[in-house]
Amino acid sequence: MGKTKDKSGPLARRPDNSAFKQQRLPAWSPVLTANTVLPFFYLLAVISMLLGVWLLLLVQSTQEIKLDYTDLGNCNECFDLRRNVSNAAQTCSCRVEFSIDKTFKGDVFFYYGLKNFHQNLRRYMDSRDDGQTVGWIKKLKNPSTYCEPFAKDEDGVPIAPCGAVANSMFNDSFTLTYHSSSGRRVPVPLLRKGLTWYTDKNVKFRNPRTDNLTLAQVFEGTRQPLYWQRPVYSLDPHDPNNNGFINEDLIVWMREAAFPNFKKLYGILNRADANFEKGLPRGNYSIDISYNFPVQHFLPIAYLVTSSLILLMAVVLTVAWWKFGKDGKNMKE
Amino acid sequence: REYNRSFKYATNAIKTSKYNFFTFLPLNLFEQFQRIANAYFLVLLVLQLIPEISSLSWFTTVVPLALVLTVTAAKDATDDIVMFLLQADLLLLSSSEPLNLVYIETAELDGETNLKVKQALPVTGDLGGDIEKLADFNGEVLCEPPNNRLDRFNGTLAFAGQKYPLDNEKILLRGCTLRNTDWCFGLVLFGGQETKLMQNSGKSIFKRTSIDRLMNVLVLCIFGFLVFMCTILAIGNYIWEVNNGSNFTVFLPRKDNAGFSAFLTFWSYIIILNTVVPISLYVSVEIIRLGNSFYIDWDRKMYYSHSDTPAEARTTTLNEELGQIKYVFSDKTGTLTQNIMIFNKCSINGKSYGELKHPVDFSFNALADPRFVFYDHALVEAVKLENPEVHAFFRLLALCHTVMAEEKKEGELLYQAQSPDEGALVTAARNFGFVFRSRTPDSISIVEMGNQRSYELLAILDFNNVRKRMSVIVRSPEGKLSLYCKGADTIIYERLHQSCSKLMDVTTEHLNEFAGEGLRTLALAYKDLDEEYFNQWRQRHHEASTSLEDKDSKLDELYEEIEKDLLLLGATAIEDKLQDGVPQTIEQLAKADIKIWVLTGDKQETAENIGYSCNLLREEMKDVFIVSGHSPEDVRQELRNAQNSMKPDGAPNSLLLPEEKSKNLIKDEEANGEYGLVINGHSLAYALESSMELEFLRTACLCKAVICCRVTPLQKAHVVELVKKYKKAVTLAIGDGANDVSMIKAAHIGVGISGQEGMQAVLSSDYSFAQFRFLQRLLLVHGRWSYLRMCKFLRYFFYKNFTFTFVHFWFAFFCGFSAQTVYDEWFITLYNLMYTALPVLGMSLFDQDVNDAWSFQHPQLYIPGQLSLYFSKTTFFKCAVHSWYCSLVLFFIPYAALQDTVRDDGKDVADYQSFALLTQTCLLFAVSIQLGLEMSYWTAVNTFFVLGSLAMYFAVTFTMYSNGTFLIVPSAFPFIGTARNSLNQPNVWLTIILTSILCVLPVVTCRFLLIQLCPTINDKVQETPGALKVLEWKRIHWLPNRNRSPYCRRHQRRNSPLRLALKMLKSRTLLCLKKKVIRKIP
Repeated sequence: MGKTKDKSGPLARRPDNSAFKQQRLPAWSPVLTANTVLPFFYLLAVISMLLGVWLLLLVQSTQEIKLDYTDLGNCNECFDLRRNVSNAAQTCSCRVEFSIDKTFKGDVFFYYGLKNFHQNLRRYMDSRDDGQTVGWIKKLKNPSTYCEPFAKDEDGVPIAPCGAVANSMFNDSFTLTYHSSSGRRVPVPLLRKGLTWYTDKNVKFRNPRTDNLTLAQVFEGTRQPLYWQRPVYSLDPHDPNNNGFINEDLIVWMREAAFPNFKKLYGILNRADANFEKGLPRGNYSIDISYNFPVQHFLPIAYLVTSSLILLMAVVLTVAWWKFGKDGKNMKE
Repeated sequence: REYNRSFKYATNAIKTSKYNFFTFLPLNLFEQFQRIANAYFLVLLVLQLIPEISSLSWFTTVVPLALVLTVTAAKDATDDIVMFLLQADLLLLSSSEPLNLVYIETAELDGETNLKVKQALPVTGDLGGDIEKLADFNGEVLCEPPNNRLDRFNGTLAFAGQKYPLDNEKILLRGCTLRNTDWCFGLVLFGGQETKLMQNSGKSIFKRTSIDRLMNVLVLCIFGFLVFMCTILAIGNYIWEVNNGSNFTVFLPRKDNAGFSAFLTFWSYIIILNTVVPISLYVSVEIIRLGNSFYIDWDRKMYYSHSDTPAEARTTTLNEELGQIKYVFSDKTGTLTQNIMIFNKCSINGKSYGELKHPVDFSFNALADPRFVFYDHALVEAVKLENPEVHAFFRLLALCHTVMAEEKKEGELLYQAQSPDEGALVTAARNFGFVFRSRTPDSISIVEMGNQRSYELLAILDFNNVRKRMSVIVRSPEGKLSLYCKGADTIIYERLHQSCSKLMDVTTEHLNEFAGEGLRTLALAYKDLDEEYFNQWRQRHHEASTSLEDKDSKLDELYEEIEKDLLLLGATAIEDKLQDGVPQTIEQLAKADIKIWVLTGDKQETAENIGYSCNLLREEMKDVFIVSGHSPEDVRQELRNAQNSMKPDGAPNSLLLPEEKSKNLIKDEEANGEYGLVINGHSLAYALESSMELEFLRTACLCKAVICCRVTPLQKAHVVELVKKYKKAVTLAIGDGANDVSMIKAAHIGVGISGQEGMQAVLSSDYSFAQFRFLQRLLLVHGRWSYLRMCKFLRYFFYKNFTFTFVHFWFAFFCGFSAQTVYDEWFITLYNLMYTALPVLGMSLFDQDVNDAWSFQHPQLYIPGQLSLYFSKTTFFKCAVHSWYCSLVLFFIPYAALQDTVRDDGKDVADYQSFALLTQTCLLFAVSIQLGLEMSYWTAVNTFFVLGSLAMYFAVTFTMYSNGTFLIVPSAFPFIGTARNSLNQPNVWLTIILTSILCVLPVVTCRFLLIQLCPTINDKVQETPGALKVLEWKRIHWLPNRNRSPYCRRHQRRNSPLRLALKMLKSRTLLCLKKKVIRKIP
């Protein structure tokens, strides 16, 4: 190499005797032998088995109830109404009744789900402006071209939040009611906060700086997305701190789902209420849906299947080794 | 060199560097984009800039492309700077030395370090150093167009109405250095690209390896497959847009119809899936080859301390081919032998001298070389008795040569010989009292038995490979004109006068005896010339040498005319010792199933004898066929007979491989035993004719060893070409002299031995070292490792990129074929550059399946390389299937695991970003573990690279997903918080573990089963208990043994009664024992 060595004499050009240059670096050379492979396979099978069983038990202890309300109760009327986009401004509500046989113990989460809704289309996913939702004033009035055609309305007024994702936000609302055995109707208290990742709520989504202005004043000069019934600064009429870009429903929606069938968190049972301290008691319930628009078993089963696969392989390998490799006759040259 | 700037040609600007400071960037970029691969990536970049198509941000292509271009540009820039500055080929006009001599060294040109003399024409030499006169010099030079022959120049100088011949003696080539000369003036003949040096360097053929060619085919296939995948996805997109897309237009209006959308999707997927042919592939391959070349340069076990010569990889692009050699073509002299010539025996006037007796005392001669040893007193006596033939013999040796003498101190002579044979002969004459002292262009001074005599040198009829002889015409101080000639015995014999036929018979006997001992022989003859005839001949000689056309053939004719009716003086026999370790090396290479063909200019007997002593021909061979027919029919018959005895079941209907008839390849056949073949030069000429070449090749390939004797340099190249043409095999040619250059250039790989005969072979070679025995280390260790590493690298590289890319393909079915990527764009950018580059490079630079001692212990380990078992279309296909399986696991396991899942606090984890992170993490773990399985030599560096890359992945990921980077450019880093929020979930880690297990499980199972059921040679060697590890290198490496006798004499091999007994004897020591035994038999 370029460096000139100040060696001289008869052996001036002799290469260095370093382990690296002579390719003698100390090294570990693992070889696949019966002594290492077979025990490893059995061990792996056992571990997978244990993991699978443990996961299965964990999964069994959680309960789930799924309701598809597209056609339940009087919801089909709303469904038909909403088929036409031009009716977006009309309100529609319906009610679904159901019962649970066993108390849902512990924390209870309430989700809404959509089927065959492609939040993962490339153009759809790109159609948002993280600069706007992080609260940059400049972007608020001047959204990125990625938001097209939902960047500005026909009059050129910028949309906040812009883009196809925000525009298509799921805005059905639900009211869950418990019909106690005494016939009393108790509204189930749902917490509508704490639904999002901490980083989303506090870093990724911020309202533009208010500087003593009200939120509505800050958003002046922008308009709500076309399909929305309320502007972004009054999404939550009950909690003024849950408005603007940091509205939790908006944040949840903006975290696009990876697959066309997905569910998103709507609320968490508020166990501070005495009736629901232990969870959701068994009994009859009804959901009132203002129609504007399950725990899974895969991993434990996958581990159990994998475990049996490894075990099977291990047995096959053991047999092969026993019959052919053990006495080393194949190894002779 | 002094270069006169006032000279009128001096203003001609000559530029040899390609770029200057300002043109470098645009020119270099333009050149680089002409390379097809780089152009392809440029097209991709343009596609990415179209918003409708762009499925990836521009930086995913720009970052790797910029890196590759920078590396290549840096390399080109350094190459350009290294190029020589202004220099030209000059016609020598005058110099500071008397007689206008110039002493030069041509080490840069041909590597020869001995001094050479050039002399200016007397007419120009008179100009001296007078600048005025030189500037007024008005001559016209007519010469041949620029060419690459360093040893020849043809032209005339017209000056003052006279024509003067110009030859190589008056030309100073670019690249040579002045020695012992203060200044000289010259006329520029060729400059820049036209100089002989540049013509030579430019003419070298660009060699490519078989893996290169395979890779090109594969890359084309991959492109085809890429288009195929994209077409499928585009069709999928069309169907989706028609069926589902229409429902979704509410949320995402679109301007174009489904057909156009499918068209755009096609291009978008081309961008996403282009990682099947990553740009880093070519760069990595070059880096690996460079690294492996450095190992060759650094290898101490290929360093020859005696001449302080390390091995050198002069080409850095052929390494892996060293692991696939099937045929080795070797020169003999200087390659198998040391090329240190010792005057050993001679025959003068029918009397043979030199049988082993006591060393001769040369004290009577003050000028004798003390290192010279001769064993026959009779010769000294003959010299002292002033035997006229003996005197003529040594006078010839002292006069007829091209040696230069240097006499630094009185009586301390140092000879500078172009060939060691000449040096040995002149030294012999010196010791026997005919001391060559000095020469000028027209005289030679010698000391004859103590008397200083000066011979007028009238002509030198030079040696070349066709003439195989040289002559001088001198006038003795007494005024007698004589021609002295020495050359190959067959050539000289054709030119002898009938009167010496009796002497010829005796001398022939002696010559055969010498050759049988493996000595190199030359015949010497002389003739007295008639003054009148000579003057007339000289006139014609002058005319011929000034003629421009056909100068060479005219001269040859003249030489032919005067070199006839010679009188035989005798013959010399020179010993050339075998190099250390040659027999062992040949035996090792034979065990590695490498076929060795020795191509030598020696006589058949000499060659055969050396064949035995270096283990090429062996006693236990069933038969050694000798082909020496003088007509095509004879040769064909001899070849047929040989074939029949090797394969008695007769010739196959077709020699060609049936499936590859179009390519004319001959299949490999197995003979029913070990055979050897010796073929003579004149027979070879017939055998190489197109009607017989297949016959010859088949016979030769059935034999274990082939020796071709009396071959010309051109025939050497023809033999190599023949094998290259009809055999699907990699060839290597090794040689040390200028006569091996054609062969070295013809073979896939050329190896030069830097020995006594200058550097021409080395300069045209791809690898060079000092001793033949290093060849086995070059092939069995470096070659095998390089091949193994390159194959492992390619297999793994294709695997990791296919796996990476195929996951996108599966995801397409879930994202409406919208060309959404599975991974984060930053991950796509950095996957090949950062996360997986170093571990695989580490593997390709350090991996060893077994160490070097084991490679020698088991030469059979070399065989898989010859059969291209480690990387072929089949293995590539297996890689692709493996990747396909892994990509299925890597997509569907995370899919199923995340689908419908939430975090333990009920929050989202099935979102796109978490899925992307999970899949890419799974992928990285899977490919890293797979690398671990591939790697069989874990050095600390490898471990550091593998773990470091994983750590780097997490470090980079957490940084990119951090609040800080997001707040700087929100749109470039939208993944904020994903790592923190999903990697804290046990489910995510369980998924990573599960995919890793499932990806690796089948591989381990298959490998283990294969090792158990049908182990390869490698498995067997690796499996053998550790006992062999104690084996010392020394046991396989021979220590030099200088005391042994060079060759073992063999007579009447076939009839020897001891032959059966000797079959058991093998090693060198035993061979020498044999020699003693055989000698007792009359």
